[in-house]
Amino acid sequence: MAGFLLRRLAASLLLLLLVVSFLFFLVRRMPGDPTNFGESSRLTATQRHHLRELYGLDRPVGAQYLGWISSVALRFDWGTSLSQQRPVSAALLDAFPATALLAAAGLAVEYTLALLLGIAAARRPGSGLDHAIRVGGLLFYSLPIFWLGLMAVLLFSYVFRLLPSSHMVSVDFDTLGPAGRFLDVCRHLLLPALVMGLGMAGGTARYVRSRMIEVLSQDYIRTARAKGLSERRVLWVHALRNAAVPIVQLFSLMLPLLLSGAVLIEVVFSWPGLGLLTFNAIQARDYPLILGTTSFSATLVILGNLGGDLLHAWLDPTMRSEAP
Amino acid sequence: MTRRKPTATLLWGGTLATLLALTALAAPLLAPYDPAEQLDPPAGLYRPPGTVLAAVHLAGGGWRLADRVRRTPEGLEIERLGTVETLSGREVANLTARGVADRRVFLLGSDKFGRDLASRMLYGTRVSLAVGLLSVALSLSLGVLVGSAAAMGGRGADFLIMRGVDALMAFPFLFLMMALAAFFHPGPALIVTMLGATSWMQISRLIRAEILGLQNREFIVAARSLGQTPFAILWRHLLPNAYTPAVIRAALLIADMILIESSLSFLGLGLQPPIPSWGNMIAEGQEVLLQGWWVATFPGAALALTILAFNLLADGLRDTFDPRTATLPRL
Repeated sequence: MAGFLLRRLAASLLLLLLVVSFLFFLVRRMPGDPTNFGESSRLTATQRHHLRELYGLDRPVGAQYLGWISSVALRFDWGTSLSQQRPVSAALLDAFPATALLAAAGLAVEYTLALLLGIAAARRPGSGLDHAIRVGGLLFYSLPIFWLGLMAVLLFSYVFRLLPSSHMVSVDFDTLGPAGRFLDVCRHLLLPALVMGLGMAGGTARYVRSRMIEVLSQDYIRTARAKGLSERRVLWVHALRNAAVPIVQLFSLMLPLLLSGAVLIEVVFSWPGLGLLTFNAIQARDYPLILGTTSFSATLVILGNLGGDLLHAWLDPTMRSEAP
Repeated sequence: MTRRKPTATLLWGGTLATLLALTALAAPLLAPYDPAEQLDPPAGLYRPPGTVLAAVHLAGGGWRLADRVRRTPEGLEIERLGTVETLSGREVANLTARGVADRRVFLLGSDKFGRDLASRMLYGTRVSLAVGLLSVALSLSLGVLVGSAAAMGGRGADFLIMRGVDALMAFPFLFLMMALAAFFHPGPALIVTMLGATSWMQISRLIRAEILGLQNREFIVAARSLGQTPFAILWRHLLPNAYTPAVIRAALLIADMILIESSLSFLGLGLQPPIPSWGNMIAEGQEVLLQGWWVATFPGAALALTILAFNLLADGLRDTFDPRTATLPRL
């Protein structure tokens, strides 16, 4: 077990180093110069030279790389954002909770729907309900999440004026009491979380359905039924526990999907998370911030995969002996 | 693939996908207007679906789009942008006895430059399908190449290649693509290459597993003892028996690739205007969601229908030809 853990950890760290280094050289080799773009294009040569010195752009790329990677790894110092004029790490830490909140709410919607619908469909394979859930699942799985978001805004914010169309808090947030603030965030969260959850629930429900059908056809389920256990207990305790292993595995595979979905949802709803930060950094050609957000997101994906593997190994002991 | 009775899903998906392919091919015939045509932007922009305008061709060149025209003995009275203008008969090139000979019907509305949304959407079908099919062709070729190399190259090569594939599968490509796209403003070729080059890993695994499973079958052993070269065995005997799961996976990928391209284009990181990609059309519609709801709504519906068609097709292919494998949500 310890060997497996170490191997997986080493492989993940190596991959992380590779990805982050690759991103660094990619961004540094990009055409254009941050000191010669937008507002900065009116600078004099001397001013530009000072700026390049200030940001360390005058040093050789190799030295820049070593300096960057060591300060990221040792001090969580990702440099200074050009467009926000503050440390990249501060921008990342500000944005991360918003994305985490959105992702958690979206996942809650997704898994609630997926488990309810997937299990309902698996109880009577081939029935009308099963068919409806399969077709509906495929339909929702095919809807582009950013378009679903726009349509939700159009309908619920503009036509019916029920929910706010963008941002995480209202303009008068600071004047509200604790309960008012909580409700305000909830109102803003509802639409993006529902869209995100609905967009992802279709695929997951289909997955839950096929896993549950597989499990429900096994002998021990027949035994459980023969013992006279209630159908509810058979489904939600005996069957679900065994179907849970691949569903948990799916969860870690979903992380990249979740983060990329968050980029799109955040742009649609102006949700102030990592995705919107990445998008704005790209719009502003803010090199340090682009590098920061993309490598930070990539890190989350890799750590998520690692976590999923470890969780899977813990749930399913036969995994542990396999190659990393 | 063994012949089996196609499922309803396969029939629906196949029909829809065929119709979409025909639409893409026949886009110039089906599109009422040139997708880039901007006759009279100030008067033509953001017209709701079903708007019919009279198109007045000026003798001195240029066009006027008018809400109403009235033929007068001297020439024409046109109502445009809320004002009434009078044009003499000599000023109008397409004058008829009752008005003007041309008109513009914005069936699904017009966009911010007064371009016909329906025409742009029809050409968008070409973009989406071309991106989807070409990138999957690339992905399938790479997957077959790498998978075969791993399966045929001996244990050492197999180990190295498959560990590399594992690492690539955990690689967060979307963020890489976003970083890449941010600086290069990629053209269609680069987008297709990026999509194909980052999606072949599962295909290579499937090909490798199928070939390894076939290695000790009698017909392969027989081919080997007859002295056939490994390449001939691979090409004539192994691949024809190994491609089913890979092709089904590739069919699923078409929908994914179309979705990723449109997502990147929506973020402004994919195909750039004026290429009529559904993704950048939806992005243009987001800016005017309230005043011009049709600009985002219709291209998005077309995109959803296309993705649904290819998902149905892939699902049907799997149910019909390879019922063992289960659905995995897309990544």
